[in-house]
Amino acid sequence: MSILVIAEHDNAVLKAATLNTITAATQLGSDIAVLVAGHGCGAVAEAAAQVAGVKKVLLADAPHYAYQLAENMAALVVSLAGGYSHILAPSTAGGKNTLPRVAALLDVAQISDVIKVESADTFVRPIYAGNVLATVQSKDSVKVMTVRGTAFPAAVAVGGSASIEAAAPAADAGISRFVGQQLTQSDRPELTAARVIVSGGRGMGNGDNFKLLEDVADKMGAAVGASRAAVDAGFVPNDYQVGQTGKVVAPELYVAVGISGAIQHLAGMKDSKVIVAINKDEEAPIFQVADYGLVADLFTAIPELSKELDKLKAAG
Amino acid sequence: MKILVAVKRVVDYNVKVRAKADGSGVETTNVKMSMNPFDEIAVEEAIRLQEAGTAKEIVAISLGIAACQDTIRTALAMGADRGILVETEVELQPLAVAKLLQAVVDQEKPDLVILGKQAIDDDANQTGQMLAALLGWPQGTFASKVEVGAGTVNVTREVDGGLETVALKLPAVVTTDLRLNEPRFVKLPNIMKAKKKPLAVFKPADLGVDVAPRLITLKVQEPPKRQAGIKVDSVATLVDKLHNEAHAI
Ligand SMILES: Cc1cc2nc3c(=O)[nH]c(=O)nc-3n(C[C@H](O)[C@H](O)[C@H](O)COP(=O)(O)OP(=O)(O)OC[C@H]3O[C@@H](n4cnc5c(N)ncnc54)[C@H](O)[C@@H]3O)c2cc1C
Repeated sequence: MSILVIAEHDNAVLKAATLNTITAATQLGSDIAVLVAGHGCGAVAEAAAQVAGVKKVLLADAPHYAYQLAENMAALVVSLAGGYSHILAPSTAGGKNTLPRVAALLDVAQISDVIKVESADTFVRPIYAGNVLATVQSKDSVKVMTVRGTAFPAAVAVGGSASIEAAAPAADAGISRFVGQQLTQSDRPELTAARVIVSGGRGMGNGDNFKLLEDVADKMGAAVGASRAAVDAGFVPNDYQVGQTGKVVAPELYVAVGISGAIQHLAGMKDSKVIVAINKDEEAPIFQVADYGLVADLFTAIPELSKELDKLKAAG
Repeated sequence: MKILVAVKRVVDYNVKVRAKADGSGVETTNVKMSMNPFDEIAVEEAIRLQEAGTAKEIVAISLGIAACQDTIRTALAMGADRGILVETEVELQPLAVAKLLQAVVDQEKPDLVILGKQAIDDDANQTGQMLAALLGWPQGTFASKVEVGAGTVNVTREVDGGLETVALKLPAVVTTDLRLNEPRFVKLPNIMKAKKKPLAVFKPADLGVDVAPRLITLKVQEPPKRQAGIKVDSVATLVDKLHNEAHAI
């Protein structure tokens, strides 16, 4: 068993989702290599080499990997794939973009969003917005799969001492080009890595009202998330969306404010440790999954929550 | 330009799906079926490109059992010009769908293929990327904006940190995300007109594609149900419980 993990990073920082994927890899075997492909990403390779359980880091550093375009990433991974029994990537936008391309080039299936490793060829994954879990067995020679971060603990980021080897870049496919990006700036924790998340839905009414949530979020060190309806309405950017077709999160505490609890939203947060729902409709389905439900108008409840958090802090 | 749009027949998004008691699959008898919502967005985008004068012809394709004709007819009623069904009773997995689409692309020679980013049944999020790989074409996945230029298409993509724009050489594959557009409602007269639009039917063997599944589903089961907790009567109680009982803050 020889496993290749594709690292998620921004050329500077190794993203946390990689650590969860490495844990999934350790359940398959101990011969684990991590591919860091990027440009000027030596620091990321150094970080990956420290992760417990990693044997080898492959560093492919070239200008055409700077933005990890799928066309170039897939060609690179395929050029390195020989000898690996498993190729893993986190179920992030990057992993989902690249890995199916890798699988098709290798003429094998791709297994999406693995939440459990049963054996070297058998895995569990959610389908139908997580309403059901499918146990699937792959007969392919190489298992290519994305790993859902919330289902595996993070590997320890320090203590390892993997070797770093340069990997020869594949040719630039030359069919796609990075033009620009508009990344959401925030000092708050990243949604998928946050210990606490406060999410707002259509009930927030407009984007300005999200300031109410940001205020309580900052008092709890929380990230801010949203339902699809809040994103569609333009209250907040797309990267806030939690759900079946957005981000999947499982924080210690998830506070859903003005969110009805549609199945597609629940798919992204129902594995949170503690769920709080604040909604003025006592029939809202979100209460069926909430540990603590408060039937209230959010425009009075959230300012009150802010004051209560102050009191808690003052009380030490 | 010519656009090929792939549409999948799936269990409607409003249905609460259940596993069959014997764990062999999900209950689909007497369940409402619809076009995959992301594919509606794909059809809508193609129509808008046609309305803008960019696209000349839109071909809608579905793959699966005979009933997928209904899904194609919906696309035709929305505005697609003609349909193709690749008919099979075999469970089609993303790689097989991508290979069938590749074979159809070889015949039809579209400039752009638009698909949904994921189907809401298997939640795989693979077919567009796989098709692009097999064709050697560039891909613009999770699109929230598509701008066709001369020989290129700029695709703005929804990524984890926000938005990213890539420029792709045509021909290319685009997969849709939720913010790309709001699909139109189908008007009754258009449903009648759609019945007269051409719809060709092929079998996988006609296209020379082996569609045998690569993954075997051993069992399907429902996850453990989360129990509803308690209602609290005030914010103060809520904070007290979260602090002293749940130790979450
Ligand atoms: C293909 C597809 C994919 C989807 N993917 C996702 C996804 O990834 N994530 C997602 O979230 N959704 C997704 N959806 C959408 C989902 O079906 C719901 O439409 C959406 O989650 C509803 O968002 P909401 O709860 O904010 O809005 P609503 O359902 O409109 O609920 C608003 C809630 O706010 C409450 N409220 C209103 N005012 C107040 C107030 N003053 N005080 C307190 N409460 C108030 C109301 O009682 C109501 O319960 C998807 C849908 C489709 C078809």
